[in-house]
Amino acid sequence: MSDKIIMCRCEDVTRHQLEEAVARGHRDIESLKRFTGFGTGWCQGKQCAALCARVLVELGGEPPEAPFTPRPPVHPIPLAHLARLTEDPEAP
Amino acid sequence: MSEREATEGEGPLLDNARPPANVHDALVAHTARPQDLPARADCVVVGGGIMGLATAFHLAELGVKDVVVVEKSYLCSGASGRNGGGVRAQWSSETNIRLMRESQDLCADFATRMRINVWYRKGGYLFLARSPERAAQLEASVQLQRANGLRTELVDAVRVKRIAPEVETTGLEVASYGPDDAVVFPWPFVWGYAKACAERGVGVFTHTPVTGFETDGRRIRAVVTEAGAIATDQVVLATGAWSPELAAMLGLSLPNRPHRHEICSTESLKPFLRPLVADLATGLYCSQSMRGELVGGVSNERVPEGLDQRSSLRFLGLYSRELLRTIPRAGGLRVLRQWGGCYDLTPDGNPIVGRTDELEGLVLLCGFMGHGFMMAPVMGKRVAEHLVRGAHRELFERWSLTRYRTGKLLEETMILG
Ligand SMILES: Cc1cc2nc3c(=O)[nH]c(=O)nc-3n(C[C@H](O)[C@H](O)[C@H](O)COP(=O)(O)OP(=O)(O)OC[C@H]3O[C@@H](n4cnc5c(N)ncnc54)[C@H](O)[C@@H]3O)c2cc1C
Repeated sequence: MSDKIIMCRCEDVTRHQLEEAVARGHRDIESLKRFTGFGTGWCQGKQCAALCARVLVELGGEPPEAPFTPRPPVHPIPLAHLARLTEDPEAP
Repeated sequence: MSEREATEGEGPLLDNARPPANVHDALVAHTARPQDLPARADCVVVGGGIMGLATAFHLAELGVKDVVVVEKSYLCSGASGRNGGGVRAQWSSETNIRLMRESQDLCADFATRMRINVWYRKGGYLFLARSPERAAQLEASVQLQRANGLRTELVDAVRVKRIAPEVETTGLEVASYGPDDAVVFPWPFVWGYAKACAERGVGVFTHTPVTGFETDGRRIRAVVTEAGAIATDQVVLATGAWSPELAAMLGLSLPNRPHRHEICSTESLKPFLRPLVADLATGLYCSQSMRGELVGGVSNERVPEGLDQRSSLRFLGLYSRELLRTIPRAGGLRVLRQWGGCYDLTPDGNPIVGRTDELEGLVLLCGFMGHGFMMAPVMGKRVAEHLVRGAHRELFERWSLTRYRTGKLLEETMILG
């Protein structure tokens, strides 16, 4: 049954996959994300991160102190817009 | 490369790599927990990136019994989980060309032998030269590559349009095309080695930072971690951009320095771009992954000093401008995510691998610039053979730290980024 419950809709990650990942030793949120791919699709985890974190704790994994490291941009931005960013000589 | 080098490396590297039949795909945990750290080991590999894991795997294959990998964070936390997955044999030195040919064969076979999908895609690499100087450089490299058995070709604008119709050819002098170059998805590659290690009894301890070493004169006695000490007299230091820090704990000073390199990926599209497209002048590279995303980066000299894995908005500007100059039609594609990692730069662009004058049981395995991922399959095997059988001495003397003292520095002109 748990192979039918979708946790991450963008990347089709099921509860069963989270269970297997934890059993394989991916017991922290960053490992779990990379091993299953949850949160790496179109919404970048905005819909599934909290749910997957909860399941991780239920499965006995390390309770995450924070969601996984967020990756900019917050919303997808076209390359053509980004190309118009002016070069700020002071910016890091 | 000496004759010895050429003959020792023969044959497929992962020939014995099939896991023992009884393990099959049983649910073996890839990683072990710090509380289970052993009190002693025959060899401790410090750093659970692709280099450390590949080496540990081959040590186990060669029959070394108690091999332990200690990683301070999670697997894929370092450069091995942050790179572009490019695997090319187009290099400008004979050593790199030959090693990468061998590594490429290993990558092509990896999925089957390790039973893990690494999204391997052999779409070739297309290097663009947009100035006479770069053209001359590419021409010389292609000649050497062909002399070493690669199928690389110099191609003109018309051929470029056939290979990659979206690439802008105005101002192009010439390009080089290597049809056997490829891209992989780095994460499963790391899991593949971790899984193979675990299946062979190698303990891969994550969240176990090394804090120091115990030594006795020229001998190493123990590796000290936050979870306790492991007695051993053999240590492989495979800590990538962190290597100067770790070497300092052993009283060694390395000339490497970390340099942040950023990368990003777009939303997925149907496959339209076969090769990875790169320009050595700007450091731009971009490929379409098996997932359909455009993944790429660009050179950026002005980054914060030291170990810094953050990403910047400025990078997105630099990258987009270069990318759209090269593939103007990509303008409507949206960037989904960006991240950063550290290159492990050496003064002469070549890695630091081999024994040191100071300590007996130590092997350094670092300084792989921005191309250590592709090198790992062949390096892991050679370093293991060096440790067990003393093989590949010539290569590892040439690549040793000692060259910075004797002044025998090396060259490589095809560094990206
Ligand atoms: C953005 C980017 C793109 C790249 N693109 C490519 C590419 O297309 N092709 C390619 O071949 N290469 C590429 N590279 C380079 C490649 O990723 C690296 O050369 C390679 O991953 C190095 O592997 P490693 O195992 O030596 O280092 P890492 O993967 O960095 O592993 C070192 C490990 O040591 C651990 N460590 C550090 N300190 C300690 C400690 N005190 N105790 C225990 N462990 C410790 C770290 O946590 C880390 O996991 C790229 C790099 C970056 C950053």
